[in-house]
Amino acid sequence: MKDSPGLHIKTFILILLMVLFAPLGNVLLSKGMKAIGSAKNWAPADVFAILVKILTSGYIWLGIACLLAFFVAYMLVLTWADYSYVQPASAFSYAVVAVLSYFLLGEVVPPLRWAGIAVICVGVFVVGHTPPRTTEKA
Amino acid sequence: MREFFFLFMVIVAGTGGELCVTRAMKVIGEVHDFRPAALIRFVFRAMRVGWMWVGIGMMTVAFFSLLAMLSIENVSLVVPVTALSYAAGAAGALFFLHERISRQRWLGVLIVCVGVTLVWLSKR
Repeated sequence: MKDSPGLHIKTFILILLMVLFAPLGNVLLSKGMKAIGSAKNWAPADVFAILVKILTSGYIWLGIACLLAFFVAYMLVLTWADYSYVQPASAFSYAVVAVLSYFLLGEVVPPLRWAGIAVICVGVFVVGHTPPRTTEKA
Repeated sequence: MREFFFLFMVIVAGTGGELCVTRAMKVIGEVHDFRPAALIRFVFRAMRVGWMWVGIGMMTVAFFSLLAMLSIENVSLVVPVTALSYAAGAAGALFFLHERISRQRWLGVLIVCVGVTLVWLSKR
């Protein structure tokens, strides 16, 4: 089956939105969780206290809002494109998350991690050159 | 040890959830109308598909596991490492969604996994 250029353009736009919103959401969640800290032990009271802090953190809610935007774009693109195409194609978000964590959180990203992320992007490039749909239209 | 547990939950529950959501989306069919009212109708239609709720449940478990991981490790390590779900996702797409995975796609997934290994090795 031959896909139209329009199908490729709308696939590209929605994957771009996914690649922007998912890393931003994860960076905001990370900022929130670093402020909250991890549970000392896994006693119910300890877990409940952490849960309350999570639910009252502005960064967590902002992160959730970004991830919801990602999720809507993701649901839309999955109505026509293969899961096995969309999932790897959205992997550019790994590079974006490293850049955002460096600039927004001041995380030290070692050269080996950048190399690993670059290799992930090569994998994405390979997958991106396969057709978006391999199954018949429903 | 707890890092491996949370990572396992992020990958297995996250991938399982995505596969269920994909199945729900395939039931609904391709979206052509992107106007707000149509998108809202689309979301309500999605919420009436059972697979959607199974997927949301699994993705909720994955989300809280991700939060636990983010409280322990840096986001620049955690998020790339969760790309291990690609291998699980490709296998799930093949067996659960009956998609045809070409050799080129498998090669891409393999390269992604090599990248994830390098990212994990950068952990000090």
